[in-house]
Formats: sequence, C-alpha cells, structure tokens
Amino acid sequence: MSLLEVNNLEVIFALRHGDLVALNDVSFTLDKRERLGVVGESGAGKSVTGFAVINLISKPGRISKGTILFDGKRLDRLSEREMRHIRGNRIAMIFQDPMMTLNPVLTIGTQMVETLRAHRKISKKDAAKIAIAKLELVHIPSPERRLAQYPHEFSGGMRQRIVIAIALLTDPAIIIADEPTTALDVTIQAEIMDLLLELCNTQDMGLMLITHDLGVVAEVTERVMVMYAGKVIEVAKTSDLVASPMHPYTKGLINALPGHGECDEENRLQQIPGSMPNLTEIAPGCSFHPRCEFCQDICTREVPELRSLAGMDERKVSCHFAGTEQMQ
Amino acid sequence: MFAFIIRRIIQATVVMLVIGFIGFSVKHQLGDPVRDLVGISVSVEEREALRQELGLNDPFLVQYGRFLANAMHGDLGHSFFFKRPALDVIFDKAPATIELVFAASLIILLVSVPVGLYSAIYPKRFFSRFAMGASIVGVSIPVFLTAIVLIYIFAVQLHWLPSYGRGETINILGWESGFFTLDGLKHLVLPSIALSSIMLPLFIRLIRAEMMEVLETEYIKYAWAKGLSSKRIWLVHAFKNTLLPVITVGGVQLGILIAFTILTETVFQWQGMGFMFLEAVERSDTALLVAYLVVVGALFVVVNTVVDIIYGLINPTVTVASR
Repeated sequence: MSLLEVNNLEVIFALRHGDLVALNDVSFTLDKRERLGVVGESGAGKSVTGFAVINLISKPGRISKGTILFDGKRLDRLSEREMRHIRGNRIAMIFQDPMMTLNPVLTIGTQMVETLRAHRKISKKDAAKIAIAKLELVHIPSPERRLAQYPHEFSGGMRQRIVIAIALLTDPAIIIADEPTTALDVTIQAEIMDLLLELCNTQDMGLMLITHDLGVVAEVTERVMVMYAGKVIEVAKTSDLVASPMHPYTKGLINALPGHGECDEENRLQQIPGSMPNLTEIAPGCSFHPRCEFCQDICTREVPELRSLAGMDERKVSCHFAGTEQMQ
Repeated sequence: MFAFIIRRIIQATVVMLVIGFIGFSVKHQLGDPVRDLVGISVSVEEREALRQELGLNDPFLVQYGRFLANAMHGDLGHSFFFKRPALDVIFDKAPATIELVFAASLIILLVSVPVGLYSAIYPKRFFSRFAMGASIVGVSIPVFLTAIVLIYIFAVQLHWLPSYGRGETINILGWESGFFTLDGLKHLVLPSIALSSIMLPLFIRLIRAEMMEVLETEYIKYAWAKGLSSKRIWLVHAFKNTLLPVITVGGVQLGILIAFTILTETVFQWQGMGFMFLEAVERSDTALLVAYLVVVGALFVVVNTVVDIIYGLINPTVTVASR
C-alpha cells in the first residue's frame, strides 16, 4: 500500500453563480520516499490538489467527493484537531513565495520553535537545539545567531531555506512543495532544487513537487502527473514522459521547452494554441479538444478515461487516441 | 534610540512653537487686557499709561518674543478670574481630565479588541453582524446625547450611579485621584462610558477590518499549514500584525479624546480641564485659554511619541533603537 493514496477526489468552490469544479476525479499515489511531480498551467488545479491533501482549501472551496488515505488514515474524515497533528508534522508544506510566507513580526526562532511545540511536548531550549540543527541542514551559516533575527533580515533564497528547515523540523513523511522556486532568481532556483533533492535522499522523505516547470520536474522527480483543467491527463515515470509524451497536451508542453539547438526556423519554440479554459466554461467531451491538433468527433462528445496503455503498467493517459496511429 | 529621542525633541519643539504662536495670536486679537484689569472709573490717559507699561503697544513680534521667553520659564500668564498663574490652574484641573481619558481609553481597549477580533474571525455570526450594526449607530450619536441618556437611565431612573461631579478624591503627592475610593470610581463610570462611546465604534471597525485583511495573507495560511492551534494563529500571528495599523491610527485618536472631554466634562460637571476651558471661554479668560492650548498640545506630542515608540517595539522593520 502506498503512503498516500488519493482516490476520485473532487473539490468544488461554491460560488454565487453555481459550483466551480476545481478538481474532477483526481486519483494518485505517493510511496514512501517517492518524489512525485505535479505539472500543469496556472489554474489546472495543482495547488488545490496539494492543499486538499492537508485539508486546507481556501473558502468557499471544499472536498465534495473522494478519499484521501495517508498511512492508513482517512484524512478527509479527520476532525480539525486530528488534522492539525498531521499538518506540519507528518505532512509539511513549502509555499511559493518566501517573502510572504514567514510572519514579518516574529523572529525565525519563534516561528521554528512554535512549530515543534505544536506537535511535541518539548522545552523551548530543546526545540531551539533542533531548529539550529535543521538550519545547518539547509546550509544557513551561524544558525544560533540567526534564530533571533526577523524575516526581513534575510534574502529570498535564505528565507526559502528557512521555510524548508521549518518543514524538516518534525521529520515529516511527505513534503508538499508548491512552486518552491517560482518566486526566486534563476541561480537561487537551482540551489534550492538541489537542496530539496539532497534532503529527500538523506532525510527519508517523500516529495510532492508542484510546478509548471518541466525542466525542474525532469531533474528532481521520479514520477510525474500532468494536470489540465482540474483533471489528471497523464501519469508516467518522469524519464518516460519526457522521452515520449502520450497526451497531445503533454507533447505540446515538452515541445514548448527551449532546446539546445541552433536558433533557426526549425528550432523555433513551439506553443500550444489557445489557453486553458476558465473552469466555469469547460467544453463537453475532452476538455483539451478545442486546442488539440488531433481532435476528432468523439473528442467533442465523450470524456476520455484515464486508462493504462497496453504493455505500460506505470503509465496512464486520458486521451481517446493515445498510442494509436492517428497521433503519430 | 538616542538619535530617535533627539529627533523627537526637535520635532516636538517645532510643534510647540507653532502651537504657541497660534495661542499667542488668539490672545493678541481677543479682548483687551487693560479693560479686564481696570474699572470704568479709570481715565483714558491712565489706561494708555498702563498699556505702555505692560508693553501692549509694542510690535506683535516683540510681544510674541516676550511671550515665548516667559513661556520658557513656565509662565503662561495669569488667569484674571482665578487670580493665579494659568498653568497652576490647569495643573489643578489636569488630573481629573487625565483620569477620565485614561478610564475611557481602557474601556475602548478592553471592548474593541475582543469584539473586533471576534467579528473578523466569525464575520457571519449573529454577534458580529450585531456589533457592526451597533457600531454604525454608535458613530452617529453625538456624545452629549449619549451622556444625557446615560444619566437619565442610570442616575435618574435606576439611581445606580451619581450623575455629576468627581465624588470623593484622595490627594496622592499633589494628584487629586478618584481611582482609589469607591465613590470616586462610581462617579467615573458614566462619564468614561460616554467619552469612550465616541471612539469605540471606530476602533471596533478598524480592528475588524485590519484583522480580516491579515487573516487572508499567505503567512497566516502558512501558519495553518504548520499545524499551529487556532488560538496561537489568531492571538499571536494575526493579532500582532493587526496591531501595527491600529496603533498608528489609534494613537492619534486617543489624543483627540482629550478634545472631546470638553463636551463630556460639561455634561457631567466634571471638574477637569475641558470644563474649565468652556468656563474660561465664557469669561474670556484669555491667559487660561492659551495655557490650555499649550498644555493640550504638549499632551498630544507626548502621546504621539509614546505611540511611535510602541510601534517600533512591535514592528521589527522599524528601528527605533539602533540594533
């Protein structure tokens, strides 16, 4: 059994003019120590998926269907009190913008110690010792001195390291990282990603990496799940997905990556025509069909299932024509 | 810290000079001190001689300079009604006003913080909606009406509380205090409630609005994701950030409360500076008026400085003390 198992998850946002389905029939698993990438455009439902796991969806959103199993427990059924002992303890989160995630009026030490003390019976002194150890782990120099400082005394990259250190405090089983490098400089991005990868290997944790950057996913994750308009459209081993994408959307994403070839007509960046639909106006049938170059009649009528392909167990695609002649 | 204090003192000096200038201009234009000093029987020549002797024929700026020089020595003129230095009269009356403002501020603080936080955390609950509605009504009722209604209900009809005066006071090191006798406290209840009623709705709304904004921020969402208790998130993470704008606005408002004591003290016959001020206006006791202006101005400056220091202590990005 997997450590985390999400089945048929549906999340809706109750708006004035009707319900908006943010996640539609999302299922995935995450094993112990596994690194899973969640890829998609803005609004595809990546972040909502991450927040749904720890039951922290912003109002007026809520989980309306499906189950979330973690370590044999139904997270979607836990009381707020029980859920609090999972959040930040067994499953930790890293947010997108480190400039916004740390409380500006509390010292780093306070924000670290309080996290430990929320989950363990531990003295402030002992908690501070653990905090220092974790700051060392994320390569922050002279951590004892740093504990007394406020967030504004750190750079963006340093702050994200601190956020990672906070996530590590309780030795969680899973870290959910929601676009952890999007708000940072490119050079810092690589450092933070390397750090995350290193920590996953040394600290025995699973990672759910939410990002729109396929390059990052290819470097860090073992498996990847592609989302589009609130649905999972393709799941595969990262290496397989990058080498041979099956869904037309995934193909489009990978073609849109800049290559290392010459700058000529032939190597021009490809783009996927159109943009992802607003979640309130998703077309019937396959939600990608208005932008799909392989679109057939059936695509406008029938919603494709997420199905395994013959001879490829770890691979699932939701496309009527994936793996057939028409797509070549 | 040292640089901050020096800067503050310079600013305060400028403010006090401006206040002094306005005060002196008022005094210069209002009434004729000679007429106040002498009777009808004094002849025009004698008046003119007196005028010359008192320096009233000197140019405006010369007189202003003299006024400033005297003010430096703590001499803001004599109240002709009380036949005493104006500053002494005010210092006799100040404790009553300061105690009233203090009690009203305490009420504002103790009521607005819990009500504001509650209605921000549970905006849809009945109590929150009620508090918001009541605060609109509260803002629109003038303080003298509140005061009269309070007197009518609690003093005239129910006979629970006295309707006027300070009651029994105790002299502690020259400070007439009503805080330490039951009678004094009883007398304090209605006036302080009436005075607080002006600012209370504003504070409740301010705290609620700021708190709601803070609750939407990323760092609060992050605090939830860390698995902290709701008590800690609301009272430490959110409240501390809510306080910053509240202190800035609130500090100034508390200063304004001093001005509002004029109305409250009059209705309750409270023997403080505000009551004295109205009487001084009626008697055109200009020296007393100017002294009041200067003292209240000084109080404002002190309150604002204290507010700035507190703000710096809470907000780590403002360095009051050089680290």
